[in-house]
Amino acid sequence: MQVPAQVEYERAASVEHALDLLARYGPEARVLAGGHSLIPMMKLRLAQPETLIDINGLSELSYVRLAAGELLIGALTRHAELLACAPAGEHFAILHDAERVIADPIVRNWGTIGGSLCQADPSEDLSAAFAALKATMVIRGPGGSRTIPARDFHTGPYETVVAPGEILTEVRISLRTVGQDQAGRKGSAYEKVGRRVGDWPVGAAGAALWLAGGTVAEAGIGLSALGARNFAAAEAEEFLLGAPATEESFRRAGEIAAEHCRPVADQRGPADYKRHLACELTTRALRTAARRAAGLAREIL
Amino acid sequence: MQITVYVNGATCTATVEPRLLLIHFLRDDLRLTGSHWGCDTSNCGACVVWLDDTPVKSCTVLAVMADGRRVLTVEGLEQRGRLDPVQEGFARCHGLQCGFCTPGMMMTARWLLDHHPDPSPQEIREAISGQICRCTGYENIVRSIVWAGQHEAGAHDA
Repeated sequence: MQVPAQVEYERAASVEHALDLLARYGPEARVLAGGHSLIPMMKLRLAQPETLIDINGLSELSYVRLAAGELLIGALTRHAELLACAPAGEHFAILHDAERVIADPIVRNWGTIGGSLCQADPSEDLSAAFAALKATMVIRGPGGSRTIPARDFHTGPYETVVAPGEILTEVRISLRTVGQDQAGRKGSAYEKVGRRVGDWPVGAAGAALWLAGGTVAEAGIGLSALGARNFAAAEAEEFLLGAPATEESFRRAGEIAAEHCRPVADQRGPADYKRHLACELTTRALRTAARRAAGLAREIL
Repeated sequence: MQITVYVNGATCTATVEPRLLLIHFLRDDLRLTGSHWGCDTSNCGACVVWLDDTPVKSCTVLAVMADGRRVLTVEGLEQRGRLDPVQEGFARCHGLQCGFCTPGMMMTARWLLDHHPDPSPQEIREAISGQICRCTGYENIVRSIVWAGQHEAGAHDA
């Protein structure tokens, strides 16, 4: 039987109240959202917070909306809610691709976007998706809010820039169009290999493309579980800038992504297989992203 | 800490430790042993109950998180002495063998049919993809849920 250690419990009535509680209880307090990352760790006693600050009542942090040219996702949004949000999927299919392969439908009902990001597992899928989309995180502390690029959010395995007295409140993604092509053709996709439904990836790649004509105007590539710095394949992105949006370009980008990541052998797979996944999944994600940008593919199979 | 949880329509007030899991509160404190305690690691789904109309894995939810909320367990599916169509479907279509996964399967099935009244077998399989059955190979579970979906309107006929 897995039993968490003794813990104190407080329920936050507002974001301000949550920040007050975090200040009061200090660095040994942990924010509790869906709990589907934290509670399993507490049951194994890998995490032993002294106090839990339950933020599940903070409906003001639960939303997905379009505003001022951005998609805004509240940190308390449940995975199931993001998956059910049609506008999010229309703008950024990568988010729905990723959500479909995160955990399972029941866990997605209660687990939150913010909780997954803040657990900061090196194999966490949305970290790669938000890296590909070059999203921005909003963090609130006693002094107010600050923003940080998604690619700077993680500082190491299970470590983020969210300080003990702070809360992640929102993820923002620009709906920007690029180039002269005001139709703003963009497309994105996520490809994951896992050992079974809902498992952490053996390897995963997400790609976002902004095309001007047949040329890549901007590219984002996010990798999960593959030892990529900041969950991103920056060298492969650089290669794609101004390159033709062709199979040849995508294959080369996949190779570059594989060259620069540092997968580690573990129970999910050997390093050379993971490096192969980095190449192949990046290529596939780019290919599907380009098809979606051209309006050729609506659903990933 | 004292909590009040509305379980299957009844108001339940108790004093619990914050670390008590919802599955144990239901089974041990309330003696509602219909929900089953399986893997303890949020994989198998034998513990699925509804928390405020949403299926959750109760081995990964603290009882204190249910304070002030509604919980529906498999015991709550029966209404006024009549089985829910989901329960009847599982009985008629041999949707269980050992029965260990069954409460969780039923709670997910009930939610699915409430939100998607005519699911395809593929949609059913996707809906239960977070739950494990070691006996049936899932085929009869899918048939049971299909049957339930086809017999909703007639559920309370004599």
